[in-house]
Amino acid sequence: MTPAPDRTRRKLSLGAWHALPVIVFLLLGFVAPLLAVIGYSVMPERTFGIWQPPTLENYVTVFTGTSYISFLWSLSLAAATVAILAVICYPVALGLARVFGRWSSALTLVFTIPLFVSENVRMYGWILFLIKNGVLLGTLKSLFGIEMDSWLFTRGVIVFGMVYVYLPFMLFPMTLGVSMVPRETRDAAFDLGATRWQVFREIDLPLSMPGVVIGFLLSFVLAVGAIAEFKVLGGQQVIPITHDIEIAFTYAQNWPLGAALSVLLMLVVGTLVLLVLRRFDLDAILGRR
Amino acid sequence: MARGNWRYGAIWAWTLTVVIFLYLPAVCLLLASLTESRYFIFPISRWGLDWWGKTFASLEIRALFETSILIAGCVTVVAVTIAFFGALAFARYDWKGRALYQRIVLLPIFFPQSVLGLALLLWFSALGVDLSWKSAIFAHLVWIVPVVTLVISIQVYSFDPALEEAAFDLGANRWQVFREVTLPVLFPGIFSGALFAFLLSWGNFPLSLYTTGADTTIPEYLYAKMVAGYTPGVPVLGTVSTASAAILLLGGYALIVARRRRRAASED
Repeated sequence: MTPAPDRTRRKLSLGAWHALPVIVFLLLGFVAPLLAVIGYSVMPERTFGIWQPPTLENYVTVFTGTSYISFLWSLSLAAATVAILAVICYPVALGLARVFGRWSSALTLVFTIPLFVSENVRMYGWILFLIKNGVLLGTLKSLFGIEMDSWLFTRGVIVFGMVYVYLPFMLFPMTLGVSMVPRETRDAAFDLGATRWQVFREIDLPLSMPGVVIGFLLSFVLAVGAIAEFKVLGGQQVIPITHDIEIAFTYAQNWPLGAALSVLLMLVVGTLVLLVLRRFDLDAILGRR
Repeated sequence: MARGNWRYGAIWAWTLTVVIFLYLPAVCLLLASLTESRYFIFPISRWGLDWWGKTFASLEIRALFETSILIAGCVTVVAVTIAFFGALAFARYDWKGRALYQRIVLLPIFFPQSVLGLALLLWFSALGVDLSWKSAIFAHLVWIVPVVTLVISIQVYSFDPALEEAAFDLGANRWQVFREVTLPVLFPGIFSGALFAFLLSWGNFPLSLYTTGADTTIPEYLYAKMVAGYTPGVPVLGTVSTASAAILLLGGYALIVARRRRRAASED
């Protein structure tokens, strides 16, 4: 459903008027802080004020240093997370949109609840499950006498943790996307003799694309910003870019360097988000009931 | 579609597997909290509620709850107020800057929160703002206002503006239309928005970490304890925060369903 095609002058100004509180708030709370980060990133090393003459030395430090390794780890593990999530979530999205019927909203609720528990706490639950003498290994040992090494503190478990934490961010947009495919179109294709694979490739995939791509984008962006999974589950096996940034701000007390790293991360994320969001009609995605 | 019953079965089975995967950590936390011993060794040899008693007797923990609830409460009130109008601009009115506005609203959601927290820290320090639970409210709002705007917008999309026009034609003034038509029709969206606002603030860690100053929320406290070494107090508090989120959400959902049933019954 699209909003009322109401194009009188009165409505035009009404819309802008209603948007004003959000816009003012986001200018103060989102745009200004990002400008502050950019401002700090051109300050001399280890200064805490923002009114020194600007310099690019922090960017030189970043580009000549080893931060690119952390960048690559963050980006590649996030990409792996997105790929795994796509495979896990697609059948569930199909179910929520087409199969579960009246159970659908209850199940959606079940998938929502973990979102409201801080990710540290949930990571900690996994530690209790996976650690030596924990729920999994302890049970194996006492029931079957099998002793195994813990899976904790490896690269694999970092991706596992990210898959776990960001699952709802892939699932919900994907479900919106899948429910955008009209049933009649699929039935018509089947009646015309299309195979299941053809219907998937020619109808399901293109028509659900907006929701699917938004799910990819959202989980990728959040996974690039992940830090708890690396610290709590990964035991510092791999250092992500967010960790470099945090170190610069805390132990190193070098705010300008941390700000320069943040600016680069913001550039990567921002470009991606703007490129993708520009292509979609948000009304069509969100407006469906 | 009778041609795929086994497929339906497979989808059900897979979904239930994913649900178990999602809740496994919560179960582990609960198990770990029910021990008498100081260390966690599974299978648990001596079950007990000692750590629950100790945790609830602690004054420090009570203060944490107060801080977290205070922040979440203020965030809810402010976020819902701003986002209500924001959602009308997002989905109800067709105006010139709307497409751009919709994308701007989405940006803070599509943004790594740890970086956002640091950016706010820099901004507060540049302004000379003292960090406390008040600055944390502001920080939470930056992320939560857009989320709540989206949640309410989804309700607004299904709202028929003709209802408002009809009320105006019948001689109602702007305030009456707002109170008697717009607000009741959009209520489920506003209510879910409020639930989201409260719970997202309640569980937030990355924004709180950099912006609460000397005050501490429950997720921050849990993180500090986790890093410092094992204590069964962590599973207890973790279970409490998971359970309270679940109860609030399920309770809220039950209220919405009951309201819908009552309305449907009164229309018959």
